Amino acid sequence: MIVNSDDKVIVHGLTGKQGTFWAGLMSEYGTNIVGGVNPKKAGTIHEGMPVFASAVDAATHVGVDVSVMFVPPAGARAAVIDAVDAGARLVVVLTEFIPVHDTMELVHHARRHGSQIMGPNTAGVVTPGEAFVGFMPAFDDRIFREGSVGVVSRSGSLGTLACLELTRNGLGQSAFLGVGGDPVSGTSTADAVSALAAHPSTEAIVVIGEIGGSKEEEAASVIATIEQPVVSFIAGKSSPPGKRMGHAGAIIEGNTGTYASKRDALEAAGATVVDVPGDIAAAVRG
Amino acid sequence: MKLLEATAKSLLAEGGLRVPVGELASSAADAAAIAERLGPCVVKAQVPAGGRGKAGGVVLCTTPAEAEVATSTLIGTLLGDHRVDEVLVEQQIDIDTELYLAFMIDTSAGMPMVVFNQEGGVDIEDNLGSLERRHLTPGAAIGSDMLDSVCHGLGVDGLDVRAAIEGLHKVFTSTKATLVEVNPLVVASDASIIALDAKIETDDSAPRVVDEVADDAGELTPLEQEAAEKGLRLIELGGNVAILANGAGLTMTTMDAVAHHGGQPANFLEIGGDAYTRAESALDLTLRQTGVGSLVVNFCGAFARCDVMTEGVVNAWLALSPDIEVFFSIHGTGQDEARAMVREQLGIEPYESMDDAIIAAVSSARLREHATQDGDEL
Repeated sequence: MIVNSDDKVIVHGLTGKQGTFWAGLMSEYGTNIVGGVNPKKAGTIHEGMPVFASAVDAATHVGVDVSVMFVPPAGARAAVIDAVDAGARLVVVLTEFIPVHDTMELVHHARRHGSQIMGPNTAGVVTPGEAFVGFMPAFDDRIFREGSVGVVSRSGSLGTLACLELTRNGLGQSAFLGVGGDPVSGTSTADAVSALAAHPSTEAIVVIGEIGGSKEEEAASVIATIEQPVVSFIAGKSSPPGKRMGHAGAIIEGNTGTYASKRDALEAAGATVVDVPGDIAAAVRG
Repeated sequence: MKLLEATAKSLLAEGGLRVPVGELASSAADAAAIAERLGPCVVKAQVPAGGRGKAGGVVLCTTPAEAEVATSTLIGTLLGDHRVDEVLVEQQIDIDTELYLAFMIDTSAGMPMVVFNQEGGVDIEDNLGSLERRHLTPGAAIGSDMLDSVCHGLGVDGLDVRAAIEGLHKVFTSTKATLVEVNPLVVASDASIIALDAKIETDDSAPRVVDEVADDAGELTPLEQEAAEKGLRLIELGGNVAILANGAGLTMTTMDAVAHHGGQPANFLEIGGDAYTRAESALDLTLRQTGVGSLVVNFCGAFARCDVMTEGVVNAWLALSPDIEVFFSIHGTGQDEARAMVREQLGIEPYESMDDAIIAAVSSARLREHATQDGDEL
């Protein structure tokens, strides 16, 4: 799930407003964008990039390692299946508001074919100095710098903040992995931590979590087994229980998903949990 | 969104399940008239919350007069956070066995699952450990092996119970619900299988299956209601530092940092995702909360562009000209344009770090409170 500059990236929804804007930024940064998908514009060239009828079609012409979805929820299902069938190793699903039943089908399809889905509702992935896929401000060197700290986050804005805090304090990042804010994801926080633990240039890991769900508790069982030190910040300590924070369900119901349950699980696994994002860098330095 | 029982039961009936004969009533007189037709009945308060029976929201009635009294008692009262507007008046069922059957989502595994037990009823929350769970293949019909094992677990078999399991699964998949629960699913004394209660939680991202209006949050404050009408999610928290940030995660973090640095967050209001172009109405709502002593604007732009969000905030600030101080922390996509706007149009220098902006906002709100208490003008 970590991208590099050799990965051939195809953009579903390349010809749309956001697809055009972010494909330009990705390409400029060093991401190897080999084309886009739009059945209605197949055979044309958009901003210097070839447009294919499908990812499967693109795979036969230029090859596809990674696909990224700038498509609305109604089109996401078909687009993800197309990307998986094209043999994409990684499918980055930025789309928000995909029904969870559709997500489960897509994740199931991807697992059977050996593809990894990031998201849905992720801001993407960044390998500073190499490539980025999604809509993160990777191009801003006040926020993202090459280095050895791996960062995992559910939220894009919070992931940006964590990288900013690291960079401001002289700590660059080996990779940023956005796992997305939906309750069901193709890649869990635990999966992302495992990937970073196995990544040779990652010397420390920062896990940015939120109240609700059990992603951080599950990640704790992986954190207990890895060599790298882990620093974590969990958002939502002051959120009232029973209120849904945002659409995707940062909600505390009963005793599951509470700040205390996450903090306790992470600390028991050996992670350092900080109170505010401003303390992340100091904790990474130890 | 949690559907009302009557709405959920109409979806179950469409899916081929048997539900008790009944009708909705919004007045005691209506309830009495329905009871007259049905004979011995049950009057059930319609609110989107569990545990109604234990809270007194379900009343067994033998005569229309009893149904009338029960209804007039229930209507207008609060059960949990929800006001009762309607009751469901249903024929009583002669129960032989109470079972538990539900379809829900195992979010950790990313799989749908069927959950079942041969003992259903009101005490199920105390027996969660005894529930059996089996994962299902997403997007596929329920297989005959799975039907066998669910029937085995329920301790009941036959064409009727198999049809009920398949029917409930079909309701779950066709409505794309996150939860479809029947507790209890009863075997009546005539051996028919009847869904005595029904709970459905729909997925806000799925196409709407009913016209029902969401009441998940219980009673909203007037300002929260106004925000909801504008497509914004506002939660009033009653503190002294108002917050405007993008994305749920960053907004919660800003609240945490305000509390960490000694202030009290006034609200949760996120303008990330598609809402990021609505900064202007968001700011207006934020400032109209009572007791707000300062405002912190915390943007970390990824997809949501700081320049677009900041333009809305600056315009709203100039139009509203509030008499409190505002503190900015702006980073990420579009930050240079955004910071220049704040500097040039408001004459305010954004902070380099979020914590510094929040510390300043907390201190400003506190100074203002002291000044107000002393009767001074700021």
